[in-house]
Amino acid sequence: MMWLHDIGVTWPSFKSRRLQTGRPPAYCGGVDSTIILAPRGGRNLHRFANPGRFLRLSGRVLPWLAVPAVVLTLVGLAWGLFFAPPDYQQGDAVRIIYIHVPAAWLASGGYLSLAICSVLSLVWRHPLADLAAAELAPVGAAFTALCLATGSLWGKPMWGAWWVWDARLTSVLVLFFLYIGHIALVRAFDDPTRGYRAGAILALVGVVNLPVIKFSVDWWNTLHQPSTITITGAPSMHVEMLWPLLVCVAGFSLGFAAIVTARLRAAVMERRIRSLLLAQAQQAA
Amino acid sequence: MTHLPYVAASYGLALAVALGFAVSAWLRVGRARRRLDAIDPRRRNRETH
Repeated sequence: MMWLHDIGVTWPSFKSRRLQTGRPPAYCGGVDSTIILAPRGGRNLHRFANPGRFLRLSGRVLPWLAVPAVVLTLVGLAWGLFFAPPDYQQGDAVRIIYIHVPAAWLASGGYLSLAICSVLSLVWRHPLADLAAAELAPVGAAFTALCLATGSLWGKPMWGAWWVWDARLTSVLVLFFLYIGHIALVRAFDDPTRGYRAGAILALVGVVNLPVIKFSVDWWNTLHQPSTITITGAPSMHVEMLWPLLVCVAGFSLGFAAIVTARLRAAVMERRIRSLLLAQAQQAA
Repeated sequence: MTHLPYVAASYGLALAVALGFAVSAWLRVGRARRRLDAIDPRRRNRETH
C-alpha cells in the first residue's frame, strides 16, 4: 500500500478513496496495486491515528499540560480572589469574572474543537476524531453549564434576576443544548459509526451559533455587557484585573486540554480492550 | 468582602467541575491500563521479554 504523494502524484480530492485495481497502474511503476488517494493534510493527520503512537505521544504531552494547568489556575484564582482590586460599581462580585470568562471561552472554544473533529471525521475518516469528539462533548457541556451558572450567580446581585432572555444568555443556552444533543446522538445508535456520523453532522450545523454568541452583544441591545477584550482594540478593564484574568484563561485552557487528552487516552485503551475481548470470544466460539 | 455567597458559590462550582473531571479521567485511565495489561498479549510479551 502506498500514498500517491509518495510517488509524486496529487489528487484534488477532499475525500480518501481506496482503489483496488487488478493490475498495477502505469503511473506508480508497478510498486503496489493498492493506492489511497488522499490530500496531503489527510496523510499527515493519519500518522497520529495509530493508537500505540497516540498513547506514547499523549503520555509524554499530558504532564506538560496538567502541571502548568494546575499551577496557572491556582495562581490565577488566588490572584483574582485575594489580590485583584474590587470593581468601583460591582464591588467583589466582579471576582466571578475569573471563573465566568474562562468558562465562556472554553464553551465556545470547545465547540469549535468539536466541529474540527467532525470535519476530520467526515472528510478524512480520521479514526481518532470520532473518539475525540465523543470525549470532548461532555467536558464542553460541563464548562458551558459552569459559564451559565456563574453568569446567573453574577446576574442576581447585579441585575436583580437569576436569568433574563437576553441574546447572549440565550445563545449560550442553545450552545449547551447542542452539546447535550451531540452527547445523546452519539450514544443513540447500536452501531457506533452511525452515532459518530450523526453527532458530527449536528456539530457542524451548530457551528452557526458561535458567531451569534460572539456578536450577540453587538447585534442586539442586550443586558449583558459588550466584549471587554477584543483583538483589535485595547481592553476596557484595568490591567490589575486583566492579568489574573489572562492567567486564569491560560490555566483553564490547559486544564481543558489535559482532561480531554486523558479521557481520549482512556477511550483508546477501552476500544482496544473491547476488540481483544471480541477476538477472544470469537476464538472460543 | 461584598457578595461573598455568590463569589464563593462560583469558585466552589468551578473547583467541583475541574476536580470531578480530572479525578474521573485519572481513575478511568488507570482502570483501562490495568485491564489492558491483563488481557493484551502484546503488553504481556513486552513484560516477559
